[in-house]
Amino acid sequence: MFNTALTWSDLVFLAQGAGMTLTVTAVSVAAGTVLGIIFGVLRFQLGPYWSAPLTFILDLFRSVPLLIQLVLGNAAQSIFKLGWAPFTTSCVVLSLYTAAYCTEIVRGGIGAVPVTTRRAARSLGMTWWQDMRYIVFPLATRVSLPSWIGLTLGVMKDSALVLWLGLIELLRASQILVTRLQEPLFILLICGAFYFIISFPVARLGGYLEKRWSPND
Amino acid sequence: MFSYTFHWNQAFKALPQMLDGALVTLQIAILSMVIGMACAIALTLFRLSGNRVLGGFATAWVEVARNTPALFQIYMAHFGLGNFGIHLSPYTALLVGIAFNNAGYLAENFRGALKAIPETQTRSARSLGMTPMQAFRYIVMPQMLRIAFLPATNQMVWAILMTSLGVTVGMNTDLAGVTQELNARSFRTFEFFALAAVIYYVIAKIVTMAARLFAARMFRY
Repeated sequence: MFNTALTWSDLVFLAQGAGMTLTVTAVSVAAGTVLGIIFGVLRFQLGPYWSAPLTFILDLFRSVPLLIQLVLGNAAQSIFKLGWAPFTTSCVVLSLYTAAYCTEIVRGGIGAVPVTTRRAARSLGMTWWQDMRYIVFPLATRVSLPSWIGLTLGVMKDSALVLWLGLIELLRASQILVTRLQEPLFILLICGAFYFIISFPVARLGGYLEKRWSPND
Repeated sequence: MFSYTFHWNQAFKALPQMLDGALVTLQIAILSMVIGMACAIALTLFRLSGNRVLGGFATAWVEVARNTPALFQIYMAHFGLGNFGIHLSPYTALLVGIAFNNAGYLAENFRGALKAIPETQTRSARSLGMTPMQAFRYIVMPQMLRIAFLPATNQMVWAILMTSLGVTVGMNTDLAGVTQELNARSFRTFEFFALAAVIYYVIAKIVTMAARLFAARMFRY
């Protein structure tokens, strides 16, 4: 009734593509989060006036389509003769993209810590660093984690765009198979199932944490 | 440091073409937003209806829209529907893909907004003799749209950014498509795409500011 030319090795090919998607996502989210925390703390400490240049630059990453950012990143990379592989370029651009969103999340998290709590910590003799480490960090994490999970999922989905630079990730892999086998609907459904399997459990975890950690005190 | 000569003149000469492209981009974004909004309201109604099948359909739509990449959804509209003998032009495929995505995200926003509207309001509307549909239409929906207005603005900006994905299915009239075509002709990649980035940025800012003004004017009370 239903027969397909899709073989086991094609599925392995798709799984490798999914692996590439996960790798790019992991690298960019890791780097983006570190940058995002630094920028977020900077933005919070400097105040709206002094951090205006930083805000503007990060805003650029959120208001320009990622596809254009990737193309620009790749062009800049060749203009400056850096000789980066597409993988490196994609990861760098995606990291900055992630950092731009992560900064907002971090800033919101720090802002959600009551000023009085921080003043209390400081008047107990804690240094700025101790205050940040033992008071702000745990409280801010609690507020920010659900949206950070949302951001991770978003980056995972947006990482599909790196196919434009020639990386063979999940969507590009399925496109190659579509071209070869001419069964677009079936293969795209499998590809969608892959994405869904990766992101649905994490989305559920985010929803659960949001419910579990929502302020009830 | 680098031996690349920038040729900004070429990019500026192409500016009128790119601005025409920007109009197409804006048009797709607005259309997809209108269609997405209509679908999202329908999905919200399905979820509220208590009907198993309709509710399941709405949930499936929202989950698929939110858990797969927008690019995948556009591919689905462009390549996937071909299996059923439906061959969409890049423009339509892009529109369908983004509208589908918008509907999913907006429906989720509406669900969040509904939580903020007390159940008692619906009940009192019903006891005043309104039908369920009237209660939704005149009591719930205006408040829902108001609460969901800011998230919807964000979605609009996202829709504008998503239109750039059309270039991957062969769209050549929107901003990204025009830029790509100019780029293919002259290989001035950086100049053209930098200009496109500026235009996207300006559009996004104008939309955000217009929405803010509109909200300040409409939601004064």
